[in-house]
Amino acid sequence: MATKLFREAIREALIEELDRNPRMFLMGEDIGRYQGTFRVTEGLFQKYGPKRVWDTPISEPGFIAIAIGAAIEGLKPVVEVMTWSFALLAFDQIVNHAAKILYKSGGACAVPMVIRGPAGPGKQLAAQHSHSLEAWLAHSPGLKVVLPSTPADAKGLLKTAIRDNNPVMFIEHPRLYLTKGEVPDGEYTIPFGVADVKRTGRDVTIITYSRGVQLALNAAQQLAEEGIEVEVIDLRTLIPCDWETVFRSVRKTHRAIALHDDWRFVGFGAEIAAQIQEHAFDYLDAPVLRVAGADVPMPYNKHLEALAVPNEQSVIEAVRQIVA
Amino acid sequence: MQTIIMPKMGDAMEEGTLVRWLKQEGDAVQEGEPIAEIATDKATVEIEAPSSGVLRGIRVAENAVVPVNTPLAYILQEGESLPTDGDGKASEPAKPAAAAPQPAPAPTAVAAAPPSAPTNGEERVLASPLARKIAAEHGIDLRQVQGTGPKGRIVERDVLAYLESRKATVAPAPPPMPAPVVAAAPAEARVETLTRLRQITAQRTTEAHQTIPHFYLTMEIDMEEAVALRQRLNQLDESLRVSVNDLIVKACAVAIEQHPIVNASYQNGQLVHPNGVHIGIAVAVEQGLLVAVLRHCEGKSLRRIAQESQTLIQKAREGKLLPDEMTGNTFTVSNLGMFGIEQFTAIINPPASAILAVGATKRAPVVQEDGTIVARQRMKVTLSCDHRVLDGAVGAQFLQTLKQVLENPLWML
Repeated sequence: MATKLFREAIREALIEELDRNPRMFLMGEDIGRYQGTFRVTEGLFQKYGPKRVWDTPISEPGFIAIAIGAAIEGLKPVVEVMTWSFALLAFDQIVNHAAKILYKSGGACAVPMVIRGPAGPGKQLAAQHSHSLEAWLAHSPGLKVVLPSTPADAKGLLKTAIRDNNPVMFIEHPRLYLTKGEVPDGEYTIPFGVADVKRTGRDVTIITYSRGVQLALNAAQQLAEEGIEVEVIDLRTLIPCDWETVFRSVRKTHRAIALHDDWRFVGFGAEIAAQIQEHAFDYLDAPVLRVAGADVPMPYNKHLEALAVPNEQSVIEAVRQIVA
Repeated sequence: MQTIIMPKMGDAMEEGTLVRWLKQEGDAVQEGEPIAEIATDKATVEIEAPSSGVLRGIRVAENAVVPVNTPLAYILQEGESLPTDGDGKASEPAKPAAAAPQPAPAPTAVAAAPPSAPTNGEERVLASPLARKIAAEHGIDLRQVQGTGPKGRIVERDVLAYLESRKATVAPAPPPMPAPVVAAAPAEARVETLTRLRQITAQRTTEAHQTIPHFYLTMEIDMEEAVALRQRLNQLDESLRVSVNDLIVKACAVAIEQHPIVNASYQNGQLVHPNGVHIGIAVAVEQGLLVAVLRHCEGKSLRRIAQESQTLIQKAREGKLLPDEMTGNTFTVSNLGMFGIEQFTAIINPPASAILAVGATKRAPVVQEDGTIVARQRMKVTLSCDHRVLDGAVGAQFLQTLKQVLENPLWML
């Protein structure tokens, strides 16, 4: 075990998979000579050269379409979007092509590719560049959606994503790139659809992912001092989603809170609440709550931005409310 | 305004059933007029209006079981209105008109007024799904539980607290008689809710033992011949095992044909003679006791009785007996011989007016006519009789016939 940065763990996964699979290549804006806006691809162009690490023009619909074609033809493109907010330009390619070609070809034509990059608020990137897009992507059948919360998970899940035979949407929170964590030595992967119970507790379950996991753990630690025991579930992958772990926990704690940065209205938390009431209704002792982003375009002003996203205090207040 | 409550009809009474309302919401009532029928575990009585007025705010549905002192409804005078949240708690519970002794102070959880203002009997109780589930499992009326959650919602802890308080009030109940040692249950005693079957058994046996004047006759029967016959039969046909109990049931059927009065039933001051001999067999099942009823044993062959009783016992153990197969026995056989019980007395299972308690068949010394002593298969049976139907001599004659048939099983033909 060694302590690594989140972005180093992602880079390790890319390196290990580039070495393992000669048909894999990276593409994206400024990932080569510039070595990546968030320095995830640092040194890769220098190591693997322009055939394996492509710098693309500023043209998301174009290069994501190229990646889809390459995937269909048997290559393994791993595309970096400078931010997922730019991928909105390519949603026709992602939702109408990458997600549907396997289905429309009657199973004959898979699209094994990964699109990865940062998404989420907290970097003062304002209304157009702070999107959390997981609900949009999870809403479209045909895509897998992955949101790691730790360096170790980021590496193991990205390796699984690269080896998957379907389009995998890999969403990295920009606030996590410089967080550190223990990363196992040697080869390992983490399967999709297996949630990680990060902390066990008897009073309330917080179901979250990505940046929400650390928020929940910090809140849980403070609440433990008040005698409230919080269970924290990191979903890790939304599609596929490990609902059984969620239901098992709710059957124990009888209270659930969904937590994410993404907008609250029609966010993934709404799906979590719906699934719980459908499958664990008789075990609920309180309504399922959502702690999520304010339903507004993200403000640039850093104080307003801070108010528009969940923080430890808002998680603690929700827990106190639900155990009342 | 006067509050009508579930009266405490005896020291041991913890809850009562509201059987039915004799007056409806909004009816004018006169003082002393019966307004509802309630049932304790022993009797059904009427509650009378403690004063004249209008019956309003009925809050307990028919057939609901509620703890004593639970408000059932209110009698309002002209110009009065139903209690609101605060008033409900403050209002003096009316003394029940049904001549109940001074109501004992109710346990806290019960005494607390309902969480929300009752505007009519259909008021929705706020409770979490989990609270509802637990309440349903324990047969708790959520209207009796004080909610402490948001908006007064009843949540898990409230139902659990209510359960605890119910246990606490049930466990150290004062002994009905001066100091029988067993009644002084320690406060921390575990209290278990009865299964439906145990509830019924408790109710039926109590009722039967308290209302039927039992007397008991014991007879020793020589089973040498019957046992030998059974062995021969079981050798002849291995597919069907005839049990000692089958022989006894058959012998009872034969004896009843000669003493039909044993088959009769005392109902409302009259003797009812059923149109067949329906013999109930007491079957111990996992949860308690069932009586499987073999219909029309009169003229039925031993083989048929053995077959049918096997099927019924199997169904009883699997909990698959139909209501028809559990009711209407005109005579009952209860056999504890397989447990080595020598002799016991049984409680009559109405509408039957007699039950035969069968002990173990075992080898015992017998003094013969010529004074010699031999070892023979012997069995003791005790007949419990309903004295309203049978007299001692009649019961004795029945047992004589039974003995004759079992000692000379050819009579079964």
